[in-house]
Amino acid sequence: MIENRSLGSKAFDTFNSIFLITLTLLCLLPFWYTLMIAFSEKEAVQAGIVSFYPIGFNLYSFDAILSDFDFFKAFWVSVQRVVLGAAFTMLVLSLAAYPLSRTSKQFPGRNLLMWAFIFCLLFNGGLIPWYITMRNYDLLDSVWGLVLAGGIPIFNMILITNFIKNLPEELEEAAKIDGAGPWRVLFQVLLPLLKPVLATVLLFTMVGHWNEFFQGMVLSTQAENYPLQTYIQQLVASANQANIGNLTLEELERISKLNNESLNAAKIFVAMIPVLLIYPFLQRYFVKGITLGSVKG
Amino acid sequence: MSTNLKNENVGLKRRRIKNPDVKHYLIMLVPAFIWLILFQIVPMFGIVIAFQDFNPGAGFLRSEFVGLEHFQYMFELSDSRVALKNTVIIAIGKITGNLLVPLVFALMLNELRQKYLVKMIQTSVYLPYFLSWVILSGIMLQIFSFNGPINKLLEFMGLEPLLFFQNADLFRGFIIGSDVWKGFGFNAIIYLAALAGIDNTLYEAAVMDGAGRWRKLWHVTLPSIRSTIALLAILSLGGILDAGFDQVYNLYNPLVYSTGDIIDTFVYRAGLQGLDFSFGTAVGLLKSVVSFILITSGYWLAKKLLGYRIF
Repeated sequence: MIENRSLGSKAFDTFNSIFLITLTLLCLLPFWYTLMIAFSEKEAVQAGIVSFYPIGFNLYSFDAILSDFDFFKAFWVSVQRVVLGAAFTMLVLSLAAYPLSRTSKQFPGRNLLMWAFIFCLLFNGGLIPWYITMRNYDLLDSVWGLVLAGGIPIFNMILITNFIKNLPEELEEAAKIDGAGPWRVLFQVLLPLLKPVLATVLLFTMVGHWNEFFQGMVLSTQAENYPLQTYIQQLVASANQANIGNLTLEELERISKLNNESLNAAKIFVAMIPVLLIYPFLQRYFVKGITLGSVKG
Repeated sequence: MSTNLKNENVGLKRRRIKNPDVKHYLIMLVPAFIWLILFQIVPMFGIVIAFQDFNPGAGFLRSEFVGLEHFQYMFELSDSRVALKNTVIIAIGKITGNLLVPLVFALMLNELRQKYLVKMIQTSVYLPYFLSWVILSGIMLQIFSFNGPINKLLEFMGLEPLLFFQNADLFRGFIIGSDVWKGFGFNAIIYLAALAGIDNTLYEAAVMDGAGRWRKLWHVTLPSIRSTIALLAILSLGGILDAGFDQVYNLYNPLVYSTGDIIDTFVYRAGLQGLDFSFGTAVGLLKSVVSFILITSGYWLAKKLLGYRIF
């Protein structure tokens, strides 16, 4: 394509690049800043003089985490939750999506079941009935409560269902002619083809379980059962205490002295690491997953 | 083969011919359905406590029935009215910002010619979306604190420091802005996919007719993604009572309740922390019902106007 690039057009390109790069930095710098706080000495952080490089570089905060039993306890709860939760979700979802992708002719009653799921996706009893139910099931203070409460992301189930619908029908027919039953069709024909969408759902489920703090807070009566995000939330909440009440400057400073900002920043950063580790994989799959599932019903 | 068999049996026995796979399908659905019943449908029965004076000791069956008393109280209580107002204002701000900012960002990114730069930018801006509000709030409380870098910058520019978490006038804007910041990269994906789908010959034809970049944007790009924008706008209306619990809960404090308290945080405080189960359930129920109607209408409109079907 031959293009006539005017001066105005070039000026726009320059402005555009600079603007977008600035925007990108706005998305990255907060995390960099947190890391710098974690590396800086306490006094510099309190004085508010740390910016984009550490002042009084040290690893005390990270060292302190290593001997922080509560932190590791919470970390371990989160790891269990992610592993068990992802396994449970993937198993249930991959079994359920296939029958729901059948037409109502192939599977009478399919529509009724599908509407039951969709109704539950759009309507729920609210926080308190849910909490009372969980308590009645005796799922408080248990990692199973956290696994089952998140349970089945119905939206993701619909995503997989739509994906199966978009696969060519002939694949399944060919397998059936060769004598394959529904279980064989599911495990040997469909699941290998579903890899991209299952990978997307798996990654989202894992990130979802890792990031969830509210159920961890409500369903735990003991702090020792908190998952990591709930543990961090308690730290953040105590930092937010500094904002309550019209405090004088001296009071603000006193509270920030009690609050070890460097240590908190280090903990926040460590809590981010698992997400950062799977981020490259997330990147690869989620664009595909999002655009695929939303195409057709 | 099986079709022949079917044809011979047309008539009387037609209804009896069943797909032999159906029982296997049902078995496959058992785990999902058990979960659905235990964790979604059973809690729905708990809605009755919105109409009772629920006493946990007495249980659902023996608690006193009070009709619509809690709903009446909710409308009289100024706290719940404030929460409703804040919810709607914050949600509308977020809906607008989350539609427009990603659109502008996607259009700008689409104009960028250096592909490596596009890739680098995309990789970076998606990141905040995947981090929890707990983490992001922890970081924001630090950055926007009284002696954090933002206030140092304001000081440097000769301005007064801003108390982002104590000033009720600033709080809603802060919530909306930080939500847009978290999601704009991710929300742009759907626009970028739509932009990538535009037929290149349209642009070539426009250039032939002497169109510059602005005219191409106005006459080719925007009309081509019009239906995507409309779809996202319609579907987002269902979220008008959803102001984002995780974010508000982690950033607010009593000083900013007047502008920052939303329905979900109010339900949590009044219902669970205050142990007023019935009242909390009533407020939550009203929200659930209204949201359900809004979301369903959104899907209905999307189907009617744009032929879009999610299910």
